[in-house]
Amino acid sequence: MMTAATSAPPLGVIEGYRQVTPVVERDGATAEVDATGVYFQQLNETVRRLVAEGATTVRIAGVNGQRYLGAGLAAPGVRIEVHGTAGNDTAMFMDGAEIEIFGNAQDGVGNTMSGGRVIVHGDAGDVLGYGMRGGRVFVRGDVGYRVGIHMKAYEKHVPVLVCGGKARDFFGEYMAGGMLVLLGMTGRDAAQPIAGSFLGAGMHGGAIFVRGTVEPWQCGAEVGISEAGEEHRAALRPVIEEYAAAMDMDTAEILAAPFTRIAPMSHRPYAKLYAPM
Amino acid sequence: MQQTFVQPEFRVKIDYDKCHKCGRCVQQCGWGVYDFTERPIPHDEKCRACHRCVTYCPAHCITIEKNTLAFRDNDNWSADARKAVWTQADSGGVLLTSMGNPKPYERIFDKLVLDACQVTNPSIDPLREPMELRTYLGRKADSVAVEPDGTGGFRLAGDSGVARNIELAVPIVFAPMSYGSVSLNVHRSIAMAAERLGVTMNTGEGGMHEDLYPYQDHIILQVASGRFGLSPEVLKRAAALEIKIGQGAKPGIGGHLPGEKIDRDVSATRMVPQGSDAISPAPHHDIYSIEDLRQLIYALKEASGYRPVGVKIAAVHNVAAIASGIVRAGADYIYLDGFRGGTGATPQVVRDHIGIPVEIAIAVVDQRLRDEGIRNHASIIAAGSIRSSADAAKAIALGADAVAIGTATLLALGCHLCQSCHTGNCSWGITTQRPELTRRIDPEWGAERLTNLVNAWSHELQEILGALGVNAVESLRGSRERLRAIGLDEQTCRILGVKPAGL
Ligand code: SF4
Ligand code: SF4
Ligand code: SF4
Repeated sequence: MMTAATSAPPLGVIEGYRQVTPVVERDGATAEVDATGVYFQQLNETVRRLVAEGATTVRIAGVNGQRYLGAGLAAPGVRIEVHGTAGNDTAMFMDGAEIEIFGNAQDGVGNTMSGGRVIVHGDAGDVLGYGMRGGRVFVRGDVGYRVGIHMKAYEKHVPVLVCGGKARDFFGEYMAGGMLVLLGMTGRDAAQPIAGSFLGAGMHGGAIFVRGTVEPWQCGAEVGISEAGEEHRAALRPVIEEYAAAMDMDTAEILAAPFTRIAPMSHRPYAKLYAPM
Repeated sequence: MQQTFVQPEFRVKIDYDKCHKCGRCVQQCGWGVYDFTERPIPHDEKCRACHRCVTYCPAHCITIEKNTLAFRDNDNWSADARKAVWTQADSGGVLLTSMGNPKPYERIFDKLVLDACQVTNPSIDPLREPMELRTYLGRKADSVAVEPDGTGGFRLAGDSGVARNIELAVPIVFAPMSYGSVSLNVHRSIAMAAERLGVTMNTGEGGMHEDLYPYQDHIILQVASGRFGLSPEVLKRAAALEIKIGQGAKPGIGGHLPGEKIDRDVSATRMVPQGSDAISPAPHHDIYSIEDLRQLIYALKEASGYRPVGVKIAAVHNVAAIASGIVRAGADYIYLDGFRGGTGATPQVVRDHIGIPVEIAIAVVDQRLRDEGIRNHASIIAAGSIRSSADAAKAIALGADAVAIGTATLLALGCHLCQSCHTGNCSWGITTQRPELTRRIDPEWGAERLTNLVNAWSHELQEILGALGVNAVESLRGSRERLRAIGLDEQTCRILGVKPAGL
């Protein structure tokens, strides 16, 4: 079907980046990569090659916005450490691997992710976990707009996204499954509400937990808002334990406050909207 | 319940003198039109005029007629407009329908004619001379360097910059239709046919069922806003990936597969729960700009080992500028879906009133990309609706590299265009997940019918090329000088880049 493949079309390389293979140091199953000034294609090619060659820990230093780190990587047991600022669509389509980011992450972390875990020890941008269907995304700080849109669960694949700080508008919009947790404990701006508007708008599956309270005006029309009872706190606890361990925080302190649970009132929010001809 | 004002659209007439009372009609009808007490009793109001019962009645004693109720004449308030108001007053709902725009808008294909050679340059006999229908989808190099191959010939020098292309044996591919909207047997039929024909099928937005893996080299995997059924594994299986932005039958709105159609297998392929609605948001929420589109194109390339990535859009007013942005974003092909394109479910108001004809879209996009010197950066697939090899030839002459067929594909499998796919009860076993109905399509049989159809059109394309005196379909691409318009206004001719007949 395919004709002889040659390499991809040349891209307009962003100034300050070079299309060179990064310097790699190997020590057994651990590889250290210096990403300073390296264009994303060569950087990701190198990470994929190292994983294919058997590296189980890939430590990348000098990351400064390179996109698609770990994108499409189906590699359970592999750990990628990112030092610096992870670029857009980090861990997109990823399955199985773990990416720990010592710094901030830009937009689209965990986009359409299938499985694995991403830990961000800083803030993260917009559109996190869009269409995510499995795995974990843990963020220590604040997140931007449109986070957790259309997350969905399927059988044992239940995606979880926990944000230690605050979120902007459209958190959990169109959510179809999984769990979104907003703690509001680390936000940089005390005056900012914990969530923006349109929280859970169009939601038809899954659940959102917010530490403390949210106002009804912040939420979409399709959701029910209630204080999380014992049963729901029991479902939340293991997630918080895992998050606290990853962030070196105290589970008891996180769980000391009441949580608000936001869940859809119907799995078929638009069932009555149509008149079939 | 209150009596609805809407009277049955059809009359199911049975000639009881001929009827065998065999009950086959009862079993054949997906919409439960028939009761049976000693003889079949039809309930006209349920009939969709799909002709399944008519086709399978052994006595040929069923006739479906239009219910010719006389309404007081009113050119302004057609019977359909009156019925729509009554239906909405009954329910308060958005009118939901399916298939393509059936309204009597001008059909430009029917006002274009092709040229032929007479005397001054010879036509070619396709039965005796080679006639190339092969074409390639994807970016072509701006220039190629050659070097001597040492034996007196030449070869391409080094990496000539030619990206991975998708080879098509003929310029007709199968249009995206998702598993969920159509049955798995339909998907199997199309996949087998695509392999035999050396072309591609397209999963639509419902993911790739594992039964299709053997045909993966001929499968384009669609990535739509709902992101259903996408795992790193299937991304690497597909021959190419396609970002679906829009669809001709419902430009600018999302998709919505009702929970009833999501059984175990559909749920497993889409990776969504059984029985919940599968909702595709109107936009991709990670694409709000051309820069964002570029980001997704390259995310897909990174995740798939640099497979070709196409972008499908509905033909809308500003399509030329949008297409230019898409090509600059790095798409390998652009799929233009005209307003006649079909769908498994769409609000009627959107289907019938939004979008522009694909003929116009092909012409303006091809011209814009040429003017900007980037036509070779991406191929154009045109669809919505291609009804015959003549439409295909005209689309290619207007500037398309290939055409895609969706409605024609379903017609070949038995569809009678009853526009009721959204009910999930298709008597022909096409747009349904009810096992007793999906059984009606045997993939082997389906694949053969689809192979026949595309082979027939391909032979006709060769005849057309022969008459035009060219021996390769790529020589026809964008060759608008070989088209003439009959009865199109001057402005439309100018937009199409086609002269009126006689000039
Ligand atoms: S299929 Fe035809 S012959 Fe048989 S019961 Fe129905 S109408 Fe009569
Ligand atoms: S809906 Fe189709 S099968 Fe049923 S009665 Fe009408 S034409 Fe026959
Ligand atoms: S696919 Fe089936 S339901 Fe849809 S128009 Fe064709 S015959 Fe009717």
